[in-house]
Amino acid sequence: MSALSVQNLSHVYGPKRALNDISFELEKGQFCALLGPNGAGKSTLFSLLARLIATQNGRVSVAGHDLKQAPLKALACMGIVFQQPTLDLEASVWRNMTYFAALHGLRGREAANRINGALDRLNMRNRSSEKVRALNGGHRRRMEIARALIHNPQVILLDEPTVGLDAQSRTAITQHVHDLAAEGITVLWATHLVDEIVPGDRVIILHHGEILRDCNVAEITQDCSLQEAFLRLTAAPEAAA
Amino acid sequence: MNAYLTAFQAIAGRELRQFIAQRGRFLSALVRPLVWLVIFAAGFRAALGVSIIPPYQTYITYEVYILPGLCAMVLLFNGMQSSLSLVYDREMGSMRLLLTAPLPRPWLLFSKLSAGVFVGALQVYAFLGVAALFGVSLSPEGYLLAIPAIILAGFMLGAFGLLISSVIRLIENFATVMNFVIFPMFFLSSALYPLWRMRESSVLLHDICALNPFTYVVELIRFSAYGSFAQLPLAVVLGCAVAFFTLSCLSYSPARTGPGMKSN
Repeated sequence: MSALSVQNLSHVYGPKRALNDISFELEKGQFCALLGPNGAGKSTLFSLLARLIATQNGRVSVAGHDLKQAPLKALACMGIVFQQPTLDLEASVWRNMTYFAALHGLRGREAANRINGALDRLNMRNRSSEKVRALNGGHRRRMEIARALIHNPQVILLDEPTVGLDAQSRTAITQHVHDLAAEGITVLWATHLVDEIVPGDRVIILHHGEILRDCNVAEITQDCSLQEAFLRLTAAPEAAA
Repeated sequence: MNAYLTAFQAIAGRELRQFIAQRGRFLSALVRPLVWLVIFAAGFRAALGVSIIPPYQTYITYEVYILPGLCAMVLLFNGMQSSLSLVYDREMGSMRLLLTAPLPRPWLLFSKLSAGVFVGALQVYAFLGVAALFGVSLSPEGYLLAIPAIILAGFMLGAFGLLISSVIRLIENFATVMNFVIFPMFFLSSALYPLWRMRESSVLLHDICALNPFTYVVELIRFSAYGSFAQLPLAVVLGCAVAFFTLSCLSYSPARTGPGMKSN
C-alpha cells in the first residue's frame, strides 16, 4: 500500500484546465519534489490533496484511505504546510500548537508530549513561549512544520514552504524535511527552486497541469544540471513528452 | 473528552481570546446601541407616541420600546463582526487550518458559531446593564426569560453572517454588505417603530418589514423579555437559523469553496 496515491486527477476552473490526468504514487519514507514553474498547477494539486476543494475527476488516497469516501481518516494521516502562513501571530508558539493539536482531538498531557516532541524535532522547543510575531520567517516556517507533525502523520505536504526565506533558512528547512523522510514520513514538497532538491530525491515535473517527468533526480541530470533539465523541459513540454 | 468536544473547546476558546483582545470591538458594541438609546430615543420620545400593544400592558416610553430592537442590533453587528473575521481568516490563511482538520465541517462551523453566540449574548447583557443605569430596564425575571430568545436570535444572525462570509470573497466588499444588507435589515424592521406605525406611513414599507426575518428576531426578544410566548417569531427565527446554517455548511463544503480556497 502506497502512502499517497493520486490516480487520474483532473481539475478545471471554468474553461481553464488546471490539472490534466495526473497520476503518481509515493511510498513510505519517500521524499518527492513536485517541481514546476508558477502556474503549473502545484497549488491546485495541494488544494485537492488537502480537500480544500473537491476532486472533480480522479482519485486520491492517503495511507489507504480514499479522500472522497473517508475524508476524515485521510486528513488525519496528513500534515500540511501551506504556502501562505496559517499562524495566529498574536498567540505564542505553544498556543498555536495546542490549538492545532485540539483540532486533531489531542489535549492535556498527550498533546503536551506530542508538541514537545515535534518542537524538539525542529529544534524549536526553546521558542515555545515566544509570541509568533516575534519569530523570524525561518523560525515561523519551522514552527509550522513542527505543528504539522503533532498528530504523527504518515504523509506531509509542503507547498513552497521556503518562499520568502533567506538562503540559510531555506537550507536548514530543506535539510530538516529530508531528515523527516529518512525517519519514515512520506514527503511531497512543492517548489520551483531546483536547489532544494538533492540527488537521490524523486522529482515530478509539473507544467501546464501535466506531469512532464516523474523519475529520480539522477535520471535527468546525467548530462546536465537539474536547473538546465528543468528549463529545457518546461520551455518545450511537447518535445519532452 | 472526545475529539469533537476537544475541538469545540479550542475553537470557542480562540474566539473568546480574540474578543477579549479586541477591546475596541466590545466598546463599539456598547456605544452603538447606547447612542440610539440615549440620543436618538431622547429626540424621538416627544415626537413618537407608542400605544398599548402586546406584549406591553401599559403605555411605555420610546426608550423601553426600542430596548429589544437594540439588543437585536447588538446581535446583528456581532454576527457581522464574526463574518468579517471569517473572511479575514480566509484571506490570512488560518481558515485553511480549520478546514483541513479531520472533523466534519458542519461541526467546525457550529463550534465557531456557538462561540460567536456566546460573545454576542455577553455584549447584549453588558448593554442591558448600562441601559439600566440610564433608567431603561426590564423586570428581574425579564432578564432571565430573554436568555433563550437571545441565544436563538444570536444563532440565526450568526448563521446569517456565516453565510455572508462564504459569499464575500474580499474583505473590501464588506462595506457593500453593510450598506445593502445590514442597514436595510435593521431599519426595515420593528426595531425602531411598531409595524402599525409603519403601515400608517406606507403599506409597502410595512409589508417589507413584515417579511424581514430581523423583525421576528426583535419581536422574539421583546415578547420573551416580557414573559409572553410568541409563536410566529419563534417559528421564523428557528426556521431561518436552520436554513442559514444549512446553506452555510453547503457553501463551505469542498465542492463549493472553489478557487478562493486554493492553498496559496
